[in-house]
Amino acid sequence: MAIHIIDRRLNPGGKSLENRQRFLRRAKSLVQGAVKKTSQERDIKDVLEGGEVTIPLDGMHEPRFRREGGTRDMVLPGNKKFIEGDYLQRSGQGSAKDSGPGEGDSEDAFRFVLSRDEFVDLFLDDLELPDLAKRKMADTESEGFQRAGYTMTGSPANISISRTVQLALARRIALRRPRKDEMEELEAEIAECSDEAKRAELISKLEKLRSKAKRIPYIDPLDIRYRRFETVPRPVAQAVMFCLMDVSGSMSEHMKDLAKRFYMLLYVFLKRRYKHVEIVFIRHTDRAEEVDEQTFFYGPASGGTLVSSALQAMHEIVRERFNPADWNIYAAQASDGDNSYSDGELTGMLLTDKILPVCQFFAYLEVGESGGSAFDLSDSSLWTLYERLRSSGASLSMRKVSERSEIFPVFHDLFQRRETTQEKAAP
Amino acid sequence: MTERLFEGADWDFHTLQRITDACEEVALKDLGLDVYPNQIEVITAEQMLDAYSSVGMPLFYKHWSFGKHFAFHEASYRKGLMGLAYEIVINSSPCISYLMEENTATMQTLVIAHAAFGHNHFFKNNYLFKQWTDADGILDYLDFAKNYVATCEERYGRVEVERTLDAAHALMSHGIDRYPGKKKLDLRAEEKRAGRRRQHEEEVFNDLWRTVPKGAAKSRSALSIERRRKLLGLPQENLLYFLEKSAPRLAPWQRELLRIVRHIAQYFYPQSQTKVMNEGTATYVHYRIMTKLHQQGRITDGNFLEFLGSHTNVVFQPEFDDPRFSGFNPYALGFAVMQDIERIVTKAEDEDREWFPDIAGKGDVMGVLRDVWANYRDESFIGQFLSPKLMRHFRMFHLHDDPEERAGIRVDAIHDERGFRRVRRELARQHDVGFIDANIEVVDVDLSGDRRLILHHHVIKSSQLNETDAKRVLQHLADLWTYDVALIEVDANDKVLREYIVSPRPIPAAA
Repeated sequence: MAIHIIDRRLNPGGKSLENRQRFLRRAKSLVQGAVKKTSQERDIKDVLEGGEVTIPLDGMHEPRFRREGGTRDMVLPGNKKFIEGDYLQRSGQGSAKDSGPGEGDSEDAFRFVLSRDEFVDLFLDDLELPDLAKRKMADTESEGFQRAGYTMTGSPANISISRTVQLALARRIALRRPRKDEMEELEAEIAECSDEAKRAELISKLEKLRSKAKRIPYIDPLDIRYRRFETVPRPVAQAVMFCLMDVSGSMSEHMKDLAKRFYMLLYVFLKRRYKHVEIVFIRHTDRAEEVDEQTFFYGPASGGTLVSSALQAMHEIVRERFNPADWNIYAAQASDGDNSYSDGELTGMLLTDKILPVCQFFAYLEVGESGGSAFDLSDSSLWTLYERLRSSGASLSMRKVSERSEIFPVFHDLFQRRETTQEKAAP
Repeated sequence: MTERLFEGADWDFHTLQRITDACEEVALKDLGLDVYPNQIEVITAEQMLDAYSSVGMPLFYKHWSFGKHFAFHEASYRKGLMGLAYEIVINSSPCISYLMEENTATMQTLVIAHAAFGHNHFFKNNYLFKQWTDADGILDYLDFAKNYVATCEERYGRVEVERTLDAAHALMSHGIDRYPGKKKLDLRAEEKRAGRRRQHEEEVFNDLWRTVPKGAAKSRSALSIERRRKLLGLPQENLLYFLEKSAPRLAPWQRELLRIVRHIAQYFYPQSQTKVMNEGTATYVHYRIMTKLHQQGRITDGNFLEFLGSHTNVVFQPEFDDPRFSGFNPYALGFAVMQDIERIVTKAEDEDREWFPDIAGKGDVMGVLRDVWANYRDESFIGQFLSPKLMRHFRMFHLHDDPEERAGIRVDAIHDERGFRRVRRELARQHDVGFIDANIEVVDVDLSGDRRLILHHHVIKSSQLNETDAKRVLQHLADLWTYDVALIEVDANDKVLREYIVSPRPIPAAA
């Protein structure tokens, strides 16, 4: 009997991929909720990693007619002490016994692992960020070379041999340059030829061919082609994101949490568009320092508030480490809006002269206490200052946020508005 | 003394070939098995997970629920909560067995003996499989089903198809013919028939028929209840069949989808009825083959010990108060009964002669076993071959839990002279699918009236349907039927215990 042994290991995997996508599509709203919930508990950098999510099974349920309750009879193994007619108490031991052949689906929550891409798709899908700031990105492209056909002139290093020989061949055929074997054949014929008249004729023919071969060169300078290169703009594939935050005593945990969420979104967004994204955390009171993420969000600090110190620090870091020609620079500043009055002018100057020219995008997020009471009051000093800068032409984006739920819309809105204003300006 | 099949744990494809040949020799010569041609496929863990999600079949139509199962299995596999099966075997001709690449050489031998010969023989010879499944046609039919579903999705939209399949899946367990029909299912012909029918419909389509005036409707009294029931083939317990044939407003492709789901359910029906026997057979066969190979010196002592380790794990039966207990282990029970049959046939004791006069001391172990494998299902198998000795071995006892009884759960019978028959009858009953599944049938439909479909659930031992699930399933049923559906739960005395009435959901934007 023939036995076939087949190695299927090399078959393309992911046979279930389509089923999985169907499942995710169906469970979209549920999974999305789970994704948001999961992402709230994560650090900024980890937000992109896929991972396990738990969704309620409701809605993904596959119902069947199932019987339950009633009088039950069961045969069990392992009798130790019972004899016919005994009664067992229902609690404890008794109830543990009804775990018949288990229904796998009967658990009410459903855990499974999302891949990184699936996670981010679902995370951003809800944000509706269609190609935002693409136009902006185009501004900071560096030049790259790309092959673009052939040219008659160029450096010897760039000679395209194949193209040159190809052209030479075409020219030789077109001008009927005698081939080498053609002449050799003739020579052989002459050597063998005994008839004088015929021989003279052949010799003259050969001479003609020889002179023709001399006049028509094997390779003519006309044939030579050089590979041509064109410079094309190539988007810079790396970005740096500056997180500036006021950590003076007036910033509450709630405010920091709002800021963190905003940074997180920006990070995810950038990560989707750039290969390499770095994050620089600068926190400031009346002086600024670069810190790691943990210290940034949770480290204790106290003191006054000088926004200019943070801008100054950012400027220095940019100058030292992130050449604007090589990096896309994004900055997001979060603050409760307090700034010492005397600092206003310096802040404004730093921002307009040093920071904004090198930045792709600068967002200012004014965070307030939950309940929004802060907004009933007049605008904060920083807000007033930035508002003034903006009206005089600085490309600043600014928003106020006081509730967690506002973060997504505000983030969306920030980019959305930018696009529409540009469109308005275009026609 | 024959050569060793392999040394250590490593294997390659030549080893597999040698192993299969050796197993085949033992299986055919010593055990006298009769198998389909074998096809052995080596797969990775990921492919195994893939196979899990489509009920083990190599190809299947696309549906979100398979994705859900895949995600679920994958998550528990990654967390290490669940090991993967060593193999999956498909009842088809050729019989396809999937082996995991991670298995050691010993495990591959075990798995080949288990699946490619044990299960294979059972599939080919058991009367249920012969009656209900078409091993030659199943792969072609699945291919047809897959393409048909894909075509429907293209033509009528994914959402529509999904809705129909969801409903059909919910009713899957009630889409089975339990009693042999006129003819065996020939899936290849089935596939051709579906194609021809579609073609015919397209050829004879003439829009003019729509405009022909219809005659006056027949009066209500013209159709007596008796006649109506007969026309509709009522009562009908195969709900999917009934819908396919009689649902008034289903499109032809929807009927075909119901048919596909019904056929697949029918294909798996024998497997659910023979779990104990099927696994018992395969385990018994692998045990015999491995032992023989070891005796022949083709497997080293070390490898044989490795095999015994896995084998013991497979046939482990925790006791009822063990935290690991979750019902009877079909491998353990099946294997134990078969070994016991071997004992009865060869070394019968007085008790066995009294209980099994037909087979006790008959001598021909394989002859008896082959006959058992061919002609029984779990219920009849346990009901006839579970011996008192085995009941004593497992220390079986029967509990009767009546919620009305205040004193608690009564121990109804134990493994003693008075209890043997009762325990055995009860255990057999536990393995009777007809007894486990809810007994639901269509009893009537008022075609000339409001077209309400009436179903009865015949409640046994006052075990009613789970309310949430029942409502959901009925919703699906009503959506297919497109009129109201009533499910009435009645007890043995026709007393109505509960009544569900569900109306169909409006179809958004009819196609």
